[in-house]
Amino acid sequence: MVYEETLNYFVKEAKKDFSLVEKNLESIIGEVKENIKNGLNHIEFFDEEFVLAQLKELKTSEKKGKLYGVPITVKDTACVKGLESKSGSQILKGYVPLFDATVIAKAKEEGAIILAKTTQDEFGFGTFSTNTQKIPLNPFDNARSCGGSSGGCAGFTASTKNYHVSIGESTGGSIAAPSAYCGVVSVTPTYGLVSRNGLIDYANSLDKFGVLGRNVDDAFSLLEVIAGNDEADSTNLGIEYVAEEVPLKKVAIAKDILEKCDEEVKKIFLAKIEQLKKYVKVEEVTLPLNLEYALSAYYIIATSEASTNLAKLCGLRYGVQGDVEGKHFDEYFSEIRNANFSEEAKRRIILGTFARMSGYRDAYYLKALKVRTKLINEFKNAFKEYDAILFPTMPTIAPRFDEIKNMTPMQNYAMDLCTVPANLAGFPHLSINAGFSEGLPVGLMVVANHLQENKLYSLGKVLE
Amino acid sequence: MVEIKIDEELVKKVAINARLILTDEELKKFTPQLAEVILESFNKLDSINANEEPSFQPIEQKNKLREDIVKESLTQEEALQNVKEDLRENGYIKGPKVM
Repeated sequence: MVYEETLNYFVKEAKKDFSLVEKNLESIIGEVKENIKNGLNHIEFFDEEFVLAQLKELKTSEKKGKLYGVPITVKDTACVKGLESKSGSQILKGYVPLFDATVIAKAKEEGAIILAKTTQDEFGFGTFSTNTQKIPLNPFDNARSCGGSSGGCAGFTASTKNYHVSIGESTGGSIAAPSAYCGVVSVTPTYGLVSRNGLIDYANSLDKFGVLGRNVDDAFSLLEVIAGNDEADSTNLGIEYVAEEVPLKKVAIAKDILEKCDEEVKKIFLAKIEQLKKYVKVEEVTLPLNLEYALSAYYIIATSEASTNLAKLCGLRYGVQGDVEGKHFDEYFSEIRNANFSEEAKRRIILGTFARMSGYRDAYYLKALKVRTKLINEFKNAFKEYDAILFPTMPTIAPRFDEIKNMTPMQNYAMDLCTVPANLAGFPHLSINAGFSEGLPVGLMVVANHLQENKLYSLGKVLE
Repeated sequence: MVEIKIDEELVKKVAINARLILTDEELKKFTPQLAEVILESFNKLDSINANEEPSFQPIEQKNKLREDIVKESLTQEEALQNVKEDLRENGYIKGPKVM
């Protein structure tokens, strides 16, 4: 099957003719196998029987939902009942959840077929999906990164020719970054719009599930389904979401963030903005506080929360388990954690533990939370005048693996310059392809105020 | 300004607090990397005043209360499904010594 229309069209036709679901699924299963065979590493876990069982069930089901017969790939961090779910980490190897994450349950309820788990940086710790054993390759140039941490989601979405959408997850930019590097559309929703129940957490006040698709309508179709009330998540806002176009008055480019981007990225971005000016008034703003302090505040908060979340992973109850006989708990936990966390996970645990330690907590962790309020307010002030703020999603095109290898952790973290501000503030953001530089995609990011997803939808439609 | 020296001793101490025992090699590699992140990035917040309320969440949250109703939960057997065979004993999980 070849992807020509939107998902809505496919679903409408599939409801009349089930053979379309079968053909699309057969074809995409072929792609998954090919992807695995060719070592593209977008797929973390695939079980054909598990997929075909869902097809069989769907065939006899009376209910024909909004995602009827649509195959969905899911970032490994989402718990899927009956499928190994390990958030890219060795320490969770063998963990098979007994429940579906709410996003999975909602998608299944609407007739979606869970196709495969996709590769990612361990626990989402990374910008290039290189902090893991299976490193996904960029479909435009296999020597380059897909971006991260939802690298497999973006890589597969860009590769498939079939009807499909993907559920990713972002803490500091993990949906937008790979979607930019792989040239697909993504939406990272307002913090709390989509339930985090069943998300193997990295940082609770930052984590959010989101969507990736081949076009704006497809991404938003999936968002409509996974958003909404869930009493299992105490931070869920309890708001349902329906995508619809809304009038736009004016938008602004964040000039100072743009200045930090590579020349080639700037050029492509500004050419796209020229086209946008035919439809919407475009002005300029600056976000000096975010530019200067967002990365620092983000890495303090994210590592602090990660170090507490990862404390529960100690080789008991699930995942990797060792021999407890004759061992003291300190020794046992440390052994399991040492052997199964990657270097990057260890670095982040140490940074976060440090930032929360007695004597440093007020200077680092608490200060970062206060600065976060300041940074949110800086955006909110701009939103009084503008419907949305635009800048490139990533400061560069997708880097080559040999370039990434030579980056220090500090240089690595600095690559999150554009994606961190909206994530730290919980603002919804869209990333869409703006064009190509030397054959590689350049992403354009649109950030709107809390719960203004429809401004993203409307701008996305114009940009597309 | 936080006066702090990031050396191997401190990194080792923090790692032990986090139940990680680093090898000498890891300690040598991590110490300058962590020092760079802490001194150049974390300490940057010293140069900004912030008297705002801390944002523990990025968006205002209301307490969500619900009726305290008993619902079906996992059975003991299900709860043990992810536990290794030899760490199961009479429906319990065998753990390391705590004393």
